[in-house]
Amino acid sequence: MTDLRVVGGDLLPPSQERRHLLSVADLSSSDVERLLATAHSFAHSQARDNKKLPTLRGRLVLNVFYESSTRTSSSFELAAKRLSADTMTFKSTGSSVDKGESLKDTALTLSAYDPDVIVLRHPEVGAAQFVARLTDARVVNAGDGKHQHPTQALLDLYTMREAFGRLDGLQVAIVGDVIHSRVARSLVQALRLVGADAILVGPPALLPVGLAETSHDIGAIADADVVYVLRMQRERMLEGANFVPSLREYTSRWGITPARIRDGQRVMHPGPMNRGVEIDARVADSDASLVVDQVRSGLIVRMAVLYDLLTTGPVAVETAVEVA
Amino acid sequence: MLAGPVGTDNVVIRGARVLDPVEGIDAILDVRIDGGVIAQIGLDLDTNEHRVIDGAGNVLAPAFVDPHVHLRTPGREDEETIESGTAAAAAGGYCAILAIPNTDPVVDDADVLRSLRARAATEAHVPVGFMAAITKGQAGAELTEMGALADAGAAGFTDDGRPVAAAGVMRRALQYNAVTGRMIAVHCEEATLTHGGHAHAGAIAAELGLTGWPSLGESLMVARDLDLAGETEQAVHLMHLSARESVEHLRRAHAAGIRATAEVTPHHLCLTDEALRTLDANMKMNPPLRSEDDRSALLEALRDGTIAAIATDHAPHSPEEKDVPFEAAPFGVTGLETAFAALYTSLVEPGLVSLETVLERMSAGPAAIFGLERPRIAVGAQANVTLIDTNGSWRVKASEFRSRSANSWLLGKRLRSRIRLTVAAGRVVHES
Repeated sequence: MTDLRVVGGDLLPPSQERRHLLSVADLSSSDVERLLATAHSFAHSQARDNKKLPTLRGRLVLNVFYESSTRTSSSFELAAKRLSADTMTFKSTGSSVDKGESLKDTALTLSAYDPDVIVLRHPEVGAAQFVARLTDARVVNAGDGKHQHPTQALLDLYTMREAFGRLDGLQVAIVGDVIHSRVARSLVQALRLVGADAILVGPPALLPVGLAETSHDIGAIADADVVYVLRMQRERMLEGANFVPSLREYTSRWGITPARIRDGQRVMHPGPMNRGVEIDARVADSDASLVVDQVRSGLIVRMAVLYDLLTTGPVAVETAVEVA
Repeated sequence: MLAGPVGTDNVVIRGARVLDPVEGIDAILDVRIDGGVIAQIGLDLDTNEHRVIDGAGNVLAPAFVDPHVHLRTPGREDEETIESGTAAAAAGGYCAILAIPNTDPVVDDADVLRSLRARAATEAHVPVGFMAAITKGQAGAELTEMGALADAGAAGFTDDGRPVAAAGVMRRALQYNAVTGRMIAVHCEEATLTHGGHAHAGAIAAELGLTGWPSLGESLMVARDLDLAGETEQAVHLMHLSARESVEHLRRAHAAGIRATAEVTPHHLCLTDEALRTLDANMKMNPPLRSEDDRSALLEALRDGTIAAIATDHAPHSPEEKDVPFEAAPFGVTGLETAFAALYTSLVEPGLVSLETVLERMSAGPAAIFGLERPRIAVGAQANVTLIDTNGSWRVKASEFRSRSANSWLLGKRLRSRIRLTVAAGRVVHES
């Protein structure tokens, strides 16, 4: 067992372990239901003057970020603090990573502090699964390349349910650069779990095949309850990439303007927004926007995830792991 | 074309099921090897004081030929050497392998080739043929001195790893190859379609957020190289086919009389891109694992002989290279020590491919393509045989490989059938 860990290919596919939150694909609808209910109960605690709960006192939550992040890193840190856990945030810049330390060595080094949870963001697909194989800590995937960002999907579900009072049967149009979006991948799976429908709308080269229904026509958002706008990643616009001819052309065809939103539709965005590119400032600041609600949901949903992993809910069921 | 020690061992293998599909033998027989040559095949043979190996319950077959092995030497001897790679081959039942020239330096001149052959003559456990590059430095621009390389013993030509992008250069290579009598083997990949790709462009890559490496990235180049072979009236060998479309192009080429051959790897025959869900870097290879539909096309082509050879594309990688997140890992898996057992477990036992077909495609098939002497169980033939315990089983463990690398797609898996004995070029090179 030990040598298998060293070489990376092993007998324990993470998808069968339930002690981490690596992908929405690992969750059942009852897992989602329980996490959203737990988050809801934490919402009440956050309305009090003393917002701190003693639940995770003495536990250590490590935030390990190999990519820049505002919302995710701050809300995980605050979520851990509100549950009285100790937290430490490790950013790759200014660390030994700059000296060429591998993810494996960094993970083993940080694991020597016996963290209860490692929250990991990394630019490469499979990073969270990789670290989960190396550490005895529970791993929460806070984004691995274009693959997954499960807590974003959970906070989005929470936000939608608060806004509409239901999730079942909700129509969600995800608009923009879907193919490079871990947020979209996680959200499509999460919507399916709760009985909501997703349609992907955007330029042909930016829509993956086989994930969900797709349309190139921005008119396809008309029937949606939620218009979920993705960030148009500027690095995709490099000369020669040819995903779309220009940002200007993208904005004119797929940008979310007041004229493209109908009454009763709500608009979401995982941030950071490029105002004037994928979303018009008038939409971002309108009553239709749920962007600030998403950030608020992020805190309590991440509290719920940490709580769930460190108590004995089904997500936290330990599989027997032989340790040398 | 092969370099390696030749042996004069004396052995009697008693009572095995002797199975050579090409020779048309399938019977319980004794085989006596005198001085490295098969001297007698029959019942109750005299042992001539030779060592006797009890083969009862086992299959004795012609040993295997792997036309696609990365020995990583020169340049990455930490990953594999001629010694370790051929020890792995011996353990896998092989009596000959062909090494790919994408080393550091690239095998693109006769001196490098001669030094490798000299080392193999003393160091190798099984004979090795060294292929040479098609273009200098595998840069895709200028042809190597293919004539001089063939004279120095090149076993064939390939730019595997960095395929020739320009059609004009490939055309000149095929034309000139008429003077060498060797095979040109091509890794078919249109880089502008596969750049940045990590997985078969399908639903699983879409779900996992991996940039796709589409079937067309292979089949477009397959079509080009088949057409070039037709136009130049030269032969071409297609390496490690993975996509249904490529197989269909090959069938059309055969119907049109183009001299084309092809190989397929055990991993493409046994796995699909479903295996990527664990994001295990040992499931990452080039070309990528594809869909069940592609796999069934490969199996059908293997059965009917459209694909005449099984090749491992044994590609050792160090732990530092593979012990990283999936997206960061290099392509390639090892295969020499597991190939037969993997195929027996996944294809022969479930009845997808007959044992005879697997044995033929692992031995006579590749030997014929590259003009090597066919391993055969016949009186007077050099002893190149493998004794297989088809009832045995074993668990694949990183610590037990003879290869210097352990990046196997089978780690932790239990496989049916074990190679008990390998005789290569008249020498017992493996026993377990």
